[in-house]
Amino acid sequence: MVRPSMLLALGALAATAVACAPASETTTQTSSAAPSASGAAAGACAKDGLALKTPGKLTIGTDKPAYEPWFNGDDPSNGKGFESAVAYAVAGQMGFAEGDVTWATVKFDSAFAPGAKQFDFDVNQVSVTPDRAKVVDFSKGYYTVKQAVVALDGSKVAAATGLADLKDAKIGVQVGTTSLQAVKDVIQPSAELNVYNEQIDAVNALKNKQVDAVVVDLPTAFYVTAAQVENSKIVGQFGTASGVPEVFGAVFEKGSPLVSCVNEAIDKLTASGELAKIETEWLGSAAGAPELK
Amino acid sequence: MRNDESLGLPAGWTKSERQLERERLRRKSSLRSGSVATVSTIIVIVLLLWLFTASPGWPRVRDTFFDPEQFAKALPDVLSGFLLNIKIFLIAEPLILLVGLLVALARNLTAPVFFPLRALAVVYTDVFRGVPTILIIYLVGFGLPALGLQGTPTDLATLGIIALTLSYGAYVAEVFRAGIESVHPSQRAAARSLGLSHGQTMRHVVVPQAVRRVVPPLLNDFVSLQKDTALVATIGPLEALRQAQIHVAGNFNYTPYLVAALLFILLTIPMARFTDYLAARSQRRRSQ
Repeated sequence: MVRPSMLLALGALAATAVACAPASETTTQTSSAAPSASGAAAGACAKDGLALKTPGKLTIGTDKPAYEPWFNGDDPSNGKGFESAVAYAVAGQMGFAEGDVTWATVKFDSAFAPGAKQFDFDVNQVSVTPDRAKVVDFSKGYYTVKQAVVALDGSKVAAATGLADLKDAKIGVQVGTTSLQAVKDVIQPSAELNVYNEQIDAVNALKNKQVDAVVVDLPTAFYVTAAQVENSKIVGQFGTASGVPEVFGAVFEKGSPLVSCVNEAIDKLTASGELAKIETEWLGSAAGAPELK
Repeated sequence: MRNDESLGLPAGWTKSERQLERERLRRKSSLRSGSVATVSTIIVIVLLLWLFTASPGWPRVRDTFFDPEQFAKALPDVLSGFLLNIKIFLIAEPLILLVGLLVALARNLTAPVFFPLRALAVVYTDVFRGVPTILIIYLVGFGLPALGLQGTPTDLATLGIIALTLSYGAYVAEVFRAGIESVHPSQRAAARSLGLSHGQTMRHVVVPQAVRRVVPPLLNDFVSLQKDTALVATIGPLEALRQAQIHVAGNFNYTPYLVAALLFILLTIPMARFTDYLAARSQRRRSQ
């Protein structure tokens, strides 16, 4: 029989031996993908020449549930709601008919998972940040977003006129959103944030008065006050701490050859005023919230 | 070292040549088997490492899950969140043991007058064992405050503790009940014949034996509880998993999840070993 003390000694011996085992730390990172070509020639974006997940079909990913006002009725394929309309407009610019667009349900977490993606690109109100851009490729921004503070009428933060008035508020946000970072950077609240899995959980917490305010992007804030929570109001909106406007971009796997083609489509839509028109149609009311300084 | 006097051996006794030879042989064979085990372990681990690191996708996996820079960045936040996990289970565990024991005792009351109490205990265990823990956390976390009653707790950790206690109390009640029922009826009969009341019999004779028997499964539930504290994140507080999630969403890198996983492992492995040790000890005692 091996005595326990001996086992321990042998275990330690094994551990040190393994620790000294040569780990192949020298392998250099070889990115499997070539850097995305920029400024591709117009001919490179011909529909038939595109590298798609399903030949002849444009597969677009988004989360489920898909929230208003970005999507309508939790159905991205009806062309209603801002992001759905933008997706179909981009597809149209690239030469895809409505029937050639298929939608894939992609949870936010798996939109940036390594390996082969299930989509050609993903639209899910994903803000473009430098850290994220190291892992995935983003298109140009198709919407410039502001954060907004929503509170119940008559609560202590409803009358806030500046960011300083929000310092002592208990704030709720959804996990994975840039709202969370914005609150930390700009408002810098003294109380710890409450962070929820889903936007609807944060909204319910506001209803239950478990939080004084929730911070969401401005169009969502208008939807929350109009349709989700009675007697709530938008206290105000605020920009980023750095002053660089925050934009939503489509997500591609790193090195996707489609980026330049989608960018081209977005440029055309911006130049023709089509993008502004879609914005007015679906997010038209999203103006006129007081600016918090 | 034991001294030979205490063994009642005559003074001046020495081990025989044969005995010494026996011990030498035993030492040699245990050393040999130990070294063989060590060498084979090292070979297996090196092989596994090589297999992993030589796979074509390894650099991508390494950058996504084992990024030292991200690890260092996430650790302080995840660690501070982890303190909340620890707080939650340290407060929940004694409450769970109390609830579980009370429910188990209620199910053991035999007098007809206590029927409602018995029925209530049965309904409680059936309901709360049947509902997923995460659902109970949701219902308590969002449902209780929505009632808007006076004096309902607002602190999220408290709500989480209530939910976990309700859920795990049902499991632990069943563990205790199994323990109580495993005590031989003759024990109870003997105690009653000595003139102890039902309560005294339970307190002095049955429950102590029952508890001793169910320590390993109780600890098992305790380990499970430690992991399930992460579910409390769904109602809003910033615990380890949530902090990790925030970092993942910010950098699109999964390493912070690994940080959280490691912390949970560091917490539960000693518990698991301790459980094994206790089980082995009770096994030894029974076999004597």
